[in-house]
Amino acid sequence: MRKIWDIHGGVHPPENKTQSLQRGIENAGIPPVLVHPLSQHIGAPAAPIVEVGQRVLKGQMIAEAKGFVSVPVHAASSGTVSAIEHREIPHPSGLLAPCIVIDTDGKDEWIELDPVDDYTTLEKADLLHRIRDCGIAGMGGAGFPSAVKLSTRDDAVIDTLIINGTECEPYITADDMLMRERADQIIAGIKILQYLIQPTEQTLIGVEDNKPEGIAALRQAAEDSNIEIVVFPTKYPSGGEKQLIQILTGREVPSGGLPADVGIVCQNIGTTVAIHRAVQFGEPLISRITTVTGDACSAPGNFEVLLGTPVDYLLKLGGFNQAQCLRLVMGGPMMGFTLKDTSVPVVKTTNCLLAPTTEELPPPPPAQACIRCGLCAEACPVSLLPQQMYWFARGKEYEKLEDHNLFDCIECGACSYACPSNIPLVQYYRASKAEIRKQQQEKVKSEHAKARFEARQLRIEREEAEKEARRKARQEAAKKKAAAGKDPIKAAQEKAAAPAVDPAQAAIEKAMAKRSGAAPEESSEETLARLQKAVETAEKRLESASAKLKEAEAADAPNLGALQTAHERMTEKLAKAKEELQQHQQASSGASDTDDPAAAAIARAQAARASKEDKSPLEKAQEQVASLEKRLTKSEQKLAEAKESGSDTAEVLEQSTAKLREKLDSARAELAQISESEAPVAAAASTNDPAQLAIEKAMAAREAAAKLSPEDKARKALESLEARVEKTRAKLAEAEESGADTVEVLRDTLAKLEDKLAEARKDPGVEG
Amino acid sequence: MIELLSQHPFIAAFGALALLGLAFGSLLGFAAVKFKTEGDPIADQVEALLPQTQCGQCGYPGCRPYAEAIAQGDAINKCPPGGETTINALADLLDVEALPLDAEEESVPSVAYIREDECIGCTKCIQACPVDAIVGAAKHMHTVVASECTGCDLCVEPCPVDCIDMIPLPTTVQNWSWELPPSAEEAITEDLIATDRGDSGEDSKDRDQAA
Amino acid sequence: MALLTVSSPHAHGPMSTATVMRLVLLSTLPGVFALTYFFGFGTLSNILLASLLALGMEALILKIRKRPIGFYLNDCSALVTAVLLGIALPPASPWWILAVGILFAIVFAKHLYGGMGYNPFNPAMVGYVVLLISFPVQMTSWVAPIGTFNGEVLGPIDALMRTFSFSGVDAVTMATPLDVLKQNNSLLVEDLWASNSQFGTLAGVGWEWANIGFLLGGLYLLYRRVFTWHAPISMLLSLTLLSALFYDGGSSASGGSPLFHLFSGATMLGAFFIVTDPVTSAVSNKGRIIYGACIGILVYLIRVWGNYPDAIAFSVLLMNFAAPLLDHYTQPRTYGHKKKNLQKEAD
Repeated sequence: MRKIWDIHGGVHPPENKTQSLQRGIENAGIPPVLVHPLSQHIGAPAAPIVEVGQRVLKGQMIAEAKGFVSVPVHAASSGTVSAIEHREIPHPSGLLAPCIVIDTDGKDEWIELDPVDDYTTLEKADLLHRIRDCGIAGMGGAGFPSAVKLSTRDDAVIDTLIINGTECEPYITADDMLMRERADQIIAGIKILQYLIQPTEQTLIGVEDNKPEGIAALRQAAEDSNIEIVVFPTKYPSGGEKQLIQILTGREVPSGGLPADVGIVCQNIGTTVAIHRAVQFGEPLISRITTVTGDACSAPGNFEVLLGTPVDYLLKLGGFNQAQCLRLVMGGPMMGFTLKDTSVPVVKTTNCLLAPTTEELPPPPPAQACIRCGLCAEACPVSLLPQQMYWFARGKEYEKLEDHNLFDCIECGACSYACPSNIPLVQYYRASKAEIRKQQQEKVKSEHAKARFEARQLRIEREEAEKEARRKARQEAAKKKAAAGKDPIKAAQEKAAAPAVDPAQAAIEKAMAKRSGAAPEESSEETLARLQKAVETAEKRLESASAKLKEAEAADAPNLGALQTAHERMTEKLAKAKEELQQHQQASSGASDTDDPAAAAIARAQAARASKEDKSPLEKAQEQVASLEKRLTKSEQKLAEAKESGSDTAEVLEQSTAKLREKLDSARAELAQISESEAPVAAAASTNDPAQLAIEKAMAAREAAAKLSPEDKARKALESLEARVEKTRAKLAEAEESGADTVEVLRDTLAKLEDKLAEARKDPGVEG
Repeated sequence: MIELLSQHPFIAAFGALALLGLAFGSLLGFAAVKFKTEGDPIADQVEALLPQTQCGQCGYPGCRPYAEAIAQGDAINKCPPGGETTINALADLLDVEALPLDAEEESVPSVAYIREDECIGCTKCIQACPVDAIVGAAKHMHTVVASECTGCDLCVEPCPVDCIDMIPLPTTVQNWSWELPPSAEEAITEDLIATDRGDSGEDSKDRDQAA
Repeated sequence: MALLTVSSPHAHGPMSTATVMRLVLLSTLPGVFALTYFFGFGTLSNILLASLLALGMEALILKIRKRPIGFYLNDCSALVTAVLLGIALPPASPWWILAVGILFAIVFAKHLYGGMGYNPFNPAMVGYVVLLISFPVQMTSWVAPIGTFNGEVLGPIDALMRTFSFSGVDAVTMATPLDVLKQNNSLLVEDLWASNSQFGTLAGVGWEWANIGFLLGGLYLLYRRVFTWHAPISMLLSLTLLSALFYDGGSSASGGSPLFHLFSGATMLGAFFIVTDPVTSAVSNKGRIIYGACIGILVYLIRVWGNYPDAIAFSVLLMNFAAPLLDHYTQPRTYGHKKKNLQKEAD
């Protein structure tokens, strides 16, 4: 008798295995529809390689592995692919995931298989490739791709191969039945694994002592081999990979490590059969043995079921009565998860469907307070302190949780099982683990974002610095040129500046004058100040112009003529400005002196406006139409341009133009409507009182003059200013490109223009 | 000397205190020089806790400036992307009280999406993106590199044609996880009340049917 | 019908908090029976009144705290506190003693800390110590056990009468054996034993049987795996060791024999019903061993050299303080880890 180690903790839940052991493995048959989720294993989901409508044969690969840790998916029976879509999959979340749906044709027609008579002639790599291509993933519960697990590093010495036939979860008997009925296949599979792994010391099959028949069958089948069947006392969770390794060898898999780190490879007993069939017959993994049990099933038993078979189809075979069943569990009562829907398919890891009655597994009662009884710590197979971790999980003290080795928790559920206060401890650990992982991911992501942000900041700074350097260089160059002495540039500058400034200024002044006429009490002082300022600046400019003129005369420069004209113009401007100032002064004094008709007109205008408020919808509509028209013409222009240049944006523009047009149409319709409804009112008003009508007319005229025009004019001035700025910019760009001498001049001009523009923009804003 | 000291305890005490002061003073001075830290370690630590979305919802132009402001004593509850987790972490770090978030709600993790057929290629969003997660050129359609997007929202405002949507990240089988169960007390109260409610609910249903 | 979505495991063990508490209550029966036989119905009247008071106060405070009353009363934890306090108090204590004790146990020691599971100190022991300090006279006068005086022990009616302070009932009180031993500084233990009627075979008359009763109850709980052996056994062991060390061959300075200590006072009650209180004790097995051992040591120290004849309450409360520290330093080694958690932190 070989030595057997004990694991810490563990619990002894009622086994409930006999119900499903009453009859042998039955074939579940071919369901009308097979649903193959693309992700039935740990790792990257497989990628579909069939199309909707395509006929597939039994065993045909319908989705290929993507990446190293991945396995393909095969059609479990012949039929037609009816959909590749998101369906509910067996997952605790009850969420949807991509699936390939096959409508079976009942012919169960196999694809041509590629059996191997003597696998010892194959290279290891070929054998692994075969196992992977047959879609084999661990069938014990986790679904880790077997080929990955079996491809140990070359330098790793594996002394022990362990086959897990423990099946420690209550209710489940799939492996037990497999041992009883297919022991020879198990042994054949193990031999393939032995060839692959070459364990230097021993090959062990670990089985709990509650399966005497299975053990006997295995012993018989393994008689002439070097495979040892090790039987040990039943205790949950001996079937955990790490726990089984400890029981059989006394070794512990290091935290975060793999069994290979201690010279062990572990495989589930069902997986060995799948590997045997894959190698010997070339059959991919398209069926498995699933236990259907629980008191809500009248005919519990084990079924050889095609992967992808909907759960409700299988449950029907087990005599499932939904009325008795409050929760449906896929897997065992300790680690299985509840299904939200019975339409989900059986997948590679589905070892059991448990349909308990409410009496059998009553819904969890409300959790009570933890009394720190320590029963959970007693039960924990990895010697954690579940009660401490529970407090930390509740307090979201994730660091402490990690210090208490939360990630060594195998979520076996022994602690929750033992807890007298019914605390769902495992759920706490799952949620905390997920949260910690999420935080780690976020941390990585935020660090990445920070790096990118900083890189961007650096780039922007560098660009700024470069721009600044270039600008400085150019300024230097310009200065040098200026120092070299010739004034033509400056003259040009003056020329450019003077006209650029004046119309805008004038327009603004005019607008302000008008406005001051309309509302002298508000802005006359300001206007006065402004005008005075204008006069001053004009004077200054004139001065400098005359100074320059003199200089030029002295130097006998070629631009003398130009300067002279400039000077003349300046004088003119000054005169004008002075005149304006005088006018304004007179007007304002006049306005303040006499209670003149202007005031009356204003009063009238205001009254008119008040009355016009009734009409505002009409006005609004009109305005809208006007602005829309403007936009439309603009966009049409752009469109034309774009079309000419064959730009990509033409289409977009076209769309937007069309949209605009639509809007315009609707606005026009609205306008028509409004004016119609307004007309009778107006007519009524006019018939009632012709005088009123006259007043209105007058007021409208007045308003047009008093209210709109100054602003409009200012706007126009602004627009022209803008246009000029644009033009200057364009010229500047050109000059820059061609490296012309005028760059500096243009640049300064532009700067000035922009200043003016800004001022002009500000003014109407302030005044209006 | 000793005699002098023993005869004048005042001098002795004074001298002892002066010596002590000198000794500790020099010790402190030495420590200040020897263990001088470069930069602002608090700001660095704070920054490490911020989510680095660079969204500016805190009122600072990025996470670093906000971290520095926190180090200077600004409130720790101005980061909607970080939410309660970040506030708690900051409260832990700075040993201050965790405040409720200074915003209507925690921002849901999301990713920007450009409706590409509506994009006019103005590059405004590209300029706004703090992490260069939008690619595209002038007059060409732009697109968001979803893996780089921090969901900061900054590109939505500048878009002249409003073609950028913030799409909350969906829950998939991959990122789904169990929720923390309600605490024992909550669970009990909830359950009991829930059953009460269930009963009354049925009652009312019955009544409805009767009516 | 919608299917339920719950996290695994779906199966649940047979143990529930209420079951645990009921088992504890059940296991006090042999001890209580012995006490009643030897000291009269005083203990039962204590338990009765204490239970009523505890349930009432628990209900009241649950109502104030807006918690579901029935749900919490059902866990029987208040009842356990009341029974333990009732046993610990001198038989047929006056009602106001019981009321004050229960008030401090249930309201102050338990609910002010957040209720069941959150209390750092054993509620019954808090109540006991408050009474012991506040009313030393009433708390140190035990009725004499049967056979040590001429007359009957308190009957049920007498006990209740005394509890409610009706005049006319006066029980014979007598110093407890622990007290007698403590006061002794001239006689050899043997002589002391012979000259005082309250000493029996192992320890005091009645006391030895009460202790045996609680030992039996404790063993039953151990068998039912309500708690682990670690704390009670290590407490008894350390007490035995210390008393053996200082037995001194029974001289006048002797602290008393190991047997005497094991079966005197509240030793067994403490070992199996107080020290094992899960809420306030250490949780790791190693922690529990240290916790129990320290209590044993403290009990002996206070009994022999302290001011009080018995010391379970003080020792337990003192060690309640230390329980979190013990837990911190006695974390078990997790599977797959080379070192203990704490050492890992230090690295």
